[in-house]
Amino acid sequence: MSIPRCSRDLMGFSRQLTRQCTRYPRRPPHARLPARAIASYTAPHQANAISVIQSNVDSSSDEFKENERLMNEAMARLEQLTRSAQQGGPAKAREKHLARKKMLPRDRVTALIDPGTTFMELSPLAGHELYPEADVPAGGIITGIGVVEGVTCVIVANDSTVKGGTYYPITVKKHLRAQAVAQENKLPCIYLVDSGGANLPHQSDVFPDREHFGRIFYNQARMSSQGIPQVSVVMGLCTAGGAYVPAMSDENIIVQGQGHIFLAGPPLVKAATGEEVSAEELGGGAMHTSVSGVSDYLAVDDAHAIVLARRCISNLNWPHKAAPPQTSYSEPLYPASELLGIASTNLRKPLPIHEVIARIVDGSHFAEFKRDYGTTLVTGFASIYGHRVGIVANNGILFGTSAQKGAHFIELCAQRGIPLVFLQNISGFMVGAQAEREGIAKHGAKLVTAVACADVPKFTVVVGGSYGAGNYGMCGRAYGPRFLWMWPNARIGVMGGEQLASVMQTVGQKADPELRDRIERESDAVYSSARLWVSEPNPSDLRNLRRKGVTR
Amino acid sequence: MRLGAANGYLDGERIVKLAKQHGIQALHPGYGFLSENSAFAQRCEQEGIVFVGPPAQAMADMGDKARSKEIMTKAGVPCVPGYHGSEQGEAELLQYAKEIQFPVLLKSVKGGGGKGMRIVMEESEFIQQLKSARAEARASFGEGGEVMLVEKYIVRPRHVEVQVFADKHGNCVALGERDCSVQRRHQKILEESPAPDLDDVTRLDLWEKAKTAALAVGYVGAGTVEFIFDKDTGDFYFMEMNTRLQVEHPVSEMITGTDLVEWQFRVAAGERLPLTQKEIMDRIHERGAAIEARIYAESPEKGFLPDSGKLVHLKTPKVDEDIRIDAGFVEGDTVTEAYDGMIAKLIVRGRDRETAIRKMELALRNYEVVGLSTNIEFLKRLCRSPAFMEGDVETGFIEKWKQDLFDPVVIKPEVYVQAALSAFASQPAETVEPHGETLGFGLNSSERTFSFKSLDILDQKEGEVVNVSITQKGNSLFDARVLRKDEDPQVFEDLVSSPVSSSEKTKLITYFPHTRIETTVVQDPNNDNKITIFQLGAKTELTLVSPTWYEGALGLKEVTGSVAAPMPCKILKNEVKEGDRVSKGAPLVV
Repeated sequence: MSIPRCSRDLMGFSRQLTRQCTRYPRRPPHARLPARAIASYTAPHQANAISVIQSNVDSSSDEFKENERLMNEAMARLEQLTRSAQQGGPAKAREKHLARKKMLPRDRVTALIDPGTTFMELSPLAGHELYPEADVPAGGIITGIGVVEGVTCVIVANDSTVKGGTYYPITVKKHLRAQAVAQENKLPCIYLVDSGGANLPHQSDVFPDREHFGRIFYNQARMSSQGIPQVSVVMGLCTAGGAYVPAMSDENIIVQGQGHIFLAGPPLVKAATGEEVSAEELGGGAMHTSVSGVSDYLAVDDAHAIVLARRCISNLNWPHKAAPPQTSYSEPLYPASELLGIASTNLRKPLPIHEVIARIVDGSHFAEFKRDYGTTLVTGFASIYGHRVGIVANNGILFGTSAQKGAHFIELCAQRGIPLVFLQNISGFMVGAQAEREGIAKHGAKLVTAVACADVPKFTVVVGGSYGAGNYGMCGRAYGPRFLWMWPNARIGVMGGEQLASVMQTVGQKADPELRDRIERESDAVYSSARLWVSEPNPSDLRNLRRKGVTR
Repeated sequence: MRLGAANGYLDGERIVKLAKQHGIQALHPGYGFLSENSAFAQRCEQEGIVFVGPPAQAMADMGDKARSKEIMTKAGVPCVPGYHGSEQGEAELLQYAKEIQFPVLLKSVKGGGGKGMRIVMEESEFIQQLKSARAEARASFGEGGEVMLVEKYIVRPRHVEVQVFADKHGNCVALGERDCSVQRRHQKILEESPAPDLDDVTRLDLWEKAKTAALAVGYVGAGTVEFIFDKDTGDFYFMEMNTRLQVEHPVSEMITGTDLVEWQFRVAAGERLPLTQKEIMDRIHERGAAIEARIYAESPEKGFLPDSGKLVHLKTPKVDEDIRIDAGFVEGDTVTEAYDGMIAKLIVRGRDRETAIRKMELALRNYEVVGLSTNIEFLKRLCRSPAFMEGDVETGFIEKWKQDLFDPVVIKPEVYVQAALSAFASQPAETVEPHGETLGFGLNSSERTFSFKSLDILDQKEGEVVNVSITQKGNSLFDARVLRKDEDPQVFEDLVSSPVSSSEKTKLITYFPHTRIETTVVQDPNNDNKITIFQLGAKTELTLVSPTWYEGALGLKEVTGSVAAPMPCKILKNEVKEGDRVSKGAPLVV
């Protein structure tokens, strides 16, 4: 940086002055004190004091205890559902799998990741009660983020104990969703392939459309071209379209006598050309690594294949992101476990959002922006595990002022490259003559525009209700958050079940007693999870999730 | 100063030459071979260098076993009945042996350290044993080593010796006696003072006889008069006098509170003895008991076979005024087979014998050695042995209590848990919190299984594969399950442990439901799969079982048919070639 001439002159001048002073030291003015004020010193801890959130939670109150009890119930339900989904397919299928000396998919994932690290599983409740004819635990596929040889990777593992690992529509969606996470966050992908390909009865919902099976390979090609490594381990069948998963990967590993890659299996080959050939000859590991060159490494079993995959990752020459040193952040001042008593399953009760923020951010430090303006939306800067974030959180219904404040803050974060965290608890924008006259529609549009255009990583947590246009303004799924999580008590819908029922009545429909219940059911966290609208976290894990989710 | 080659410490001429060159006034010969070499003492005298030790003549008198016995008999010191004469024909020696009555002991006149020594139980094996002893003695001691003496063999002997010290003014004191009966392969393992199970009359008689022996040869300096003590009769006989400071002299230093090397220099400089016999007695009475354990590089479980190797990990007990370690090795050193296998001496003192033994065991529990086999575990068992505690010692002690001393051990499940936790931590994740915590609902940390095989020879189930499953539930929070074949799994829940790993060592403190266990796990750099675990004062060696794919993926050959050398040795000749047909019992390799 060059200094303008005039200021350089000035500096020279001041040097002269100093020199003069040293040459002729003045006598200390011990008798007369200067009349002007002195810049007073503020110690860092004093400066920090203005950002510390003071908590007013009474953990011994009846309300707190009641909330906690109900929340624990909701959590126990999710815990039970998740555990049963994580079991995988039926016991018989699992036993058969083990009898073939194959590892269960979750064990494969565990063996793949570094010991002592946590696998962040995405959407374990996918496919829950989704298909009337079949139970598809976890959608027949395990996806998530794990650390392999120190590299954070997206892991996609087919569960062949669930309907032979075939792709239901939800399986495709979950696979594509994992790839999207990898692409957005620039994470290498590891595919543990063990799948019979598309689920044929559902072929029309799996095969033809833009976001269907073909998109998997499209994504692989695009990511590879963007420098995001793609590694496959063939641990079972890879037939027809499935053959392209390893074939489109940068490197692939195949397990001998177990992994098979071919465009058509032996029965189809016989039918088509009359040629009789065994699966191993047609597309076995030995053939593909020594004759066709389709595969790069031959493994003797699953465990060996995983060791080879780990070696592949260690050779990615992937830049190590410097994790912030442990000392650079402090835990919140208040325990995260208290969130269970703060959040209510009754969404009509207001949720004191400052109390939530105080239990998420480092040291409960929150530099609140425009604290006294548009107070139904809380905005401000904070850090989570040493990563600076901008927080946008609902604290009531959105007014014109709060929407303007939100838009202002989101633009600030976008300008500064600070990731945004949305804490949604919104019944919608304010309605009524007064609000319309104040231009709520335009102010709301400003907020939605700011959210849509902010090119920083966005993370959304639904901590209460997520209704109507509020869902948009607060970065719902349609606004491209990198991750979207939902508390067990939270609900998503155009409006609450009761309101929806009464609206339907006003527009002339017959009163439908079933409708209200159905809407309530469809707004539930599990319902949303099963359809991949959201992943559901444990409220007390919120902080951890964010730490792992914050990747740029 | 460098002595050059590995055996340079034996080259007296060279040492004298170097001493002259550098203007050295006195030479302390240590307690190796030169310390008992009268020719070397003579050379020093000629060159005008003070030899810190007895006069060459006294050394020569005592060095020749036959002559020493003649002198002792004259002075009234009892000797073991035997023939110490110059008639060395095989037939004559056999005749003398018959006179003394079998069993008899054959020994080289220059012998020491068990070399060239044979016990002959009956007449028929005499000639054969004599030949073998002569060959060995000649190889070990050179010219004149083949001259043999024949002695009465005592069935239940104890080895009791007296530390004496004489000055140039004709004074001589006894610095207590030492019992060195616990031996293996005729080499001492444990030495203690005062000798247990000995009445005061005998004790003082021993001291008196030892002093008489020293004075009879005009002795000056530090010496040890060895006696053989017949447990059955209570008689003792003069065996020999070691004209030097012995390996076990710290026991006497500990019990009398003296520095004998300092005394050696004082006496060499012509000073009088610093303490009187009365003062020494009072000190011994006041200071209680002292015991020394020799730590050898050997495998007691494999018949005390010597071992060599690099000291990968060495942790020694804390020393204080009552715990002393004399050692020449530090971590990273290599113990070669070129020198004696003793790597350290551990000496402790207690207010009585029991306290001293307990202290010794405690100190041994804190002694950790990885890289080569040692007798530390065996020494611990010795210290715990009731027979030893009672003082029921004799030179055949180890043979007699073999059953007890090599009692099979059962490896505790906690050892396996700690081994697994350390393996878990050995791949340091370059990630920070909140990694390790559980996230969301359900299980997101599955179990990992570690398989171990015990390498302990004394393990009842040696070679048994034990599986340990570890589930991480949070930062430093684990569940563990130990699965042994045909047994119910042992489950440990909510273990809090934070292992700290550095290249080959992992230190971990784990809070088990009822105890806190501190463990050091060391990985052998020469054998990746071998790990050594030190826990609660015991050492366990395990090997991490190779994964299922190991052999298949690496194309390893079957090694069960191969032979491993039991100790470092040299292949002189291959008797067979590849492809040869070998009949049972045929020699393969020399």
